[in-house]
Amino acid sequence: MKIMKRRYLAVSIDSHETYNSHEFTDAVWGAVSKLFGEYGASQAGLNLIHYDETKKLVVMRTWHKTLEMIRTAIASITQIRSKPVALHVLAVSGTIKALYRKLEKQSVS
Amino acid sequence: MKRVYADLHLCADCDRMEQFSRVVEKASKLGYGLIAVPFRKSFEEQIRHVRETCEKADVDFASRVNLRPRTPEELISSLRKLRRRFEIVAVMCESKGVARQAAKDRRVDLLNFPQPDFRRSFFDAAEAELASNCLASLEVDVKPLLTLEGPARIRLISSLRREVATAREFHVPIVISSGISDEMLMRKPRELAALASLFDLSGVYSLEAVSKNPVALVKRNREKLGSKFVAPGIRVIRRGKDS
Repeated sequence: MKIMKRRYLAVSIDSHETYNSHEFTDAVWGAVSKLFGEYGASQAGLNLIHYDETKKLVVMRTWHKTLEMIRTAIASITQIRSKPVALHVLAVSGTIKALYRKLEKQSVS
Repeated sequence: MKRVYADLHLCADCDRMEQFSRVVEKASKLGYGLIAVPFRKSFEEQIRHVRETCEKADVDFASRVNLRPRTPEELISSLRKLRRRFEIVAVMCESKGVARQAAKDRRVDLLNFPQPDFRRSFFDAAEAELASNCLASLEVDVKPLLTLEGPARIRLISSLRREVATAREFHVPIVISSGISDEMLMRKPRELAALASLFDLSGVYSLEAVSKNPVALVKRNREKLGSKFVAPGIRVIRRGKDS
């Protein structure tokens, strides 16, 4: 059986506004389906793991195979609720533990 | 060795220094090691200020000029005047004649095609062959990919896919730039590379288009503009008198 590897992404929200998790996931799903269609979106296995509204930090999960697809979709988002926004992928890892370790390292340096 | 990422088309307004320094700081934060800002003419004083701002933010700066000639003759005349004043010369090819002249002129570094109008894309096999002989690179701005939507974006992606395939076939280096003036549209180099996957430029090629290709272009031009350069492959090592 083929093992499907997972990838966890830490995404920062660069905006003056605050958004709730629903608005964020709707924006990401919208961007994925706009660029890759519903068929492509169905292959992404996208899941919201953690959403920190105050730190504007999000942890998401996808498949290793669709990582570039999600990166592209995230980079293409320019607005949420008609307000300008930029989403940046801070780190990518195979486990949540390693992802947080990477984020800590980045904040120290 | 760590990759140096470059954005050779950051259209920040250099007249508003406060806003400009914010953009430069953001570029540094996003991971860029080299940026190029287009100037309309050669303003030595302004270029010096911009260079200082970039030095403070720990980002290398390259001066750039965007030429928009209407005829091939106008392009030749502009190149004669401006080539030695700027580190990067880009030509916005708005007609086929200009595009052909720009591709065969060794003084041109970047060929940029006005993207929203896909009918004005003159980057075909003949253009690519001329460009590959003269070391000119194809520049792709990511801005329209972020600002356009629906059918316009679909047509744009299709046109870019065709151009990039032609460039790769003829070994024309591809440079991906942002082309943005708005701070909120700035993206990380890896994100620009990810957006390039939309027009089938993925993996190592897309990363080279935001790092190796633009950095090599600037390095080559700096060498050419230096006082020691004589001709490609020949440079002055030491000056002396006949004994």
